Amino acid sequence: MIYRETGQFRTSYAEDQAIFRLRQDKIGIAVILAIAWVGIPLLADEYLLRAILIPFLILSVGAIGLNLLLGYCGQISLGTGAFMAIGAYAAYNLALRVPALPLLLDFFLAGLIAAAVGVLFGLPSLRIKGLYLAVATLAAQFFADWAFLRVPWFTNYTPSGSVTAPALDFFGWVVDTPLEKYWLCLAFACLTAILAKNLVRSRIGRSWMAIRDMDIAAEIIGIRPMTAKLSAFAVSSFVAGGAGVLWAFVHLGSWEPLAFSIDMSFRLLFMVIIGGMGSILGSFLGAAFITVLPIFLNQAPALVGIQLSTAMVSHLEFMIFGALIVLFLIWEPHGLARLWQIGKEKMRLWPFPY
Amino acid sequence: MLATAPPRPAPPATPQRRRAIGEVLLAVENISLRFGGVRALTDVSFDIRKGEIRAIIGPNGAGKSSMLNVINGFYHPQEGRIVWKGRVLPRMRPHEAAAGGIARTFQNIALFKGMSTLDNIMTGRILKMRASFIEQALWIGRGRSEELRERAFVERLLDFLEITHIRHTPVGKLPYGLQKRVELARALAMEPELLLLDEPMAGMNLEEKEDMCRFILDVNEEFGTTVALIEHDMSVVMDISDRVVVLDYGKLLADGTPDQVRNDPAVIAAYLGVAHG
Repeated sequence: MIYRETGQFRTSYAEDQAIFRLRQDKIGIAVILAIAWVGIPLLADEYLLRAILIPFLILSVGAIGLNLLLGYCGQISLGTGAFMAIGAYAAYNLALRVPALPLLLDFFLAGLIAAAVGVLFGLPSLRIKGLYLAVATLAAQFFADWAFLRVPWFTNYTPSGSVTAPALDFFGWVVDTPLEKYWLCLAFACLTAILAKNLVRSRIGRSWMAIRDMDIAAEIIGIRPMTAKLSAFAVSSFVAGGAGVLWAFVHLGSWEPLAFSIDMSFRLLFMVIIGGMGSILGSFLGAAFITVLPIFLNQAPALVGIQLSTAMVSHLEFMIFGALIVLFLIWEPHGLARLWQIGKEKMRLWPFPY
Repeated sequence: MLATAPPRPAPPATPQRRRAIGEVLLAVENISLRFGGVRALTDVSFDIRKGEIRAIIGPNGAGKSSMLNVINGFYHPQEGRIVWKGRVLPRMRPHEAAAGGIARTFQNIALFKGMSTLDNIMTGRILKMRASFIEQALWIGRGRSEELRERAFVERLLDFLEITHIRHTPVGKLPYGLQKRVELARALAMEPELLLLDEPMAGMNLEEKEDMCRFILDVNEEFGTTVALIEHDMSVVMDISDRVVVLDYGKLLADGTPDQVRNDPAVIAAYLGVAHG
């Protein structure tokens, strides 16, 4: 009854092409943004910000990056962690070796470097598809793992291989409290989401989706497969690189190559699959599911008053988490975003059957 | 099929129609295409004139689809050449053919299943869009204005093909006949000079076929688009085409107006077999 488009007429194509078409959607997103920017900072404690919200936002950015490549362009990548690592180490080395550069420019250049490496590892996609491509991108992952572990120049010859990010100083605004870090990550997440949404509803996004859905037909209407695929790799790696910078500089502070291992790639892949391939909203939902659910599962036994040993809890956490992922993929292979879509359709009609 | 069809009047060769058909737009000359030992096409030559509807017919496996694939760059013939608007085309990729003004639809529908009708047709406008990456990402300047401009163009096409009601529907959910129409719309969105249709009416019922015939004729007349189509329904072919090419076993069997082709003994033999005794 409430979620209705009745009486809302769109009288121009511009209105019809808006991201949020319905008044209810506009109100909804305004409320969410208000909660995120003002409500949460007022209410959340340090633990919530540091352990849940900041990682959630950064991983959302990473998931958007992978979603552009996998969900929109249909190119499977298992190397997202590698591109994050490249972003992180590029920003570290730029800050270390070219101290004159402002930090924001460092971040941007680090993204560009990640994009360049992404294009390089995207080249096999011109010849191979599907699982074979996944294996080829896996090479990026192993290469990055190896390079940052074995080439001491990247880690500035620290004996342990662990490096520490410089202070987060943006033109005099030093970001050091969890709240400021949260705002910073939120700003990046909002910006990424808007830019990504604009891209996917433009020519470039359509050419990605055309390649994803049927590459032969895409070529027939004048899309160059090479340009489409490599641009998807570039943009995706740029965003992933940015997420890597945030993960290293804002979330971890000091890190070692293991922080961006294949585990990270898989986590992002799960986020995209569970959240919904080809959906920006899905990237956020997937990131929330993967970051929050384990913490919830960890706390749940204590909350309902069941006393279990710590080892038991952590084993249970893995088992339930795994089972949920499997079940979820059986029930709704198109992810949380599709569930939301179906829910919206139902709400339009409720309480009538049709 | 051919012989049982009731005698029908030849397409009205009105003076306007004659005048509308112009010079040679595309000529295939002595095309031979082989896949290993299989000869798909042998020494085939014909031309397509500007503004006409040209049908390519022939029994299954005659090389009709291979011919279209040669024209728009999917296959590269071992011998022969293609002359497009008076220029010999170099070996090219399909997207280069698209940029040159050749559009096509497929025998099996080749739509982008995950996208809406609108987005599918909008992809046909990709070659008309020039917005830079930054403009697209920020939805400013040409990024926004081109989207609106092309949307208006696509809406006119939707209107023309009578599919406005399904503009936001994902094409995977559409019935077959409508999918075929969306595919035609996507090809038309390219504003091609030459439109290649590979069995546009396959698997349609009579009403859908009639609709599709009407659309093809309208496209030809209103936009002046040259059409080359492959079709198995002889009544359709004889009704709407100006000239017909007949292929059999990869060889050119006949070439002429529907009436000439209909009465060609070689064509009758290929389709119906030769009477013995």
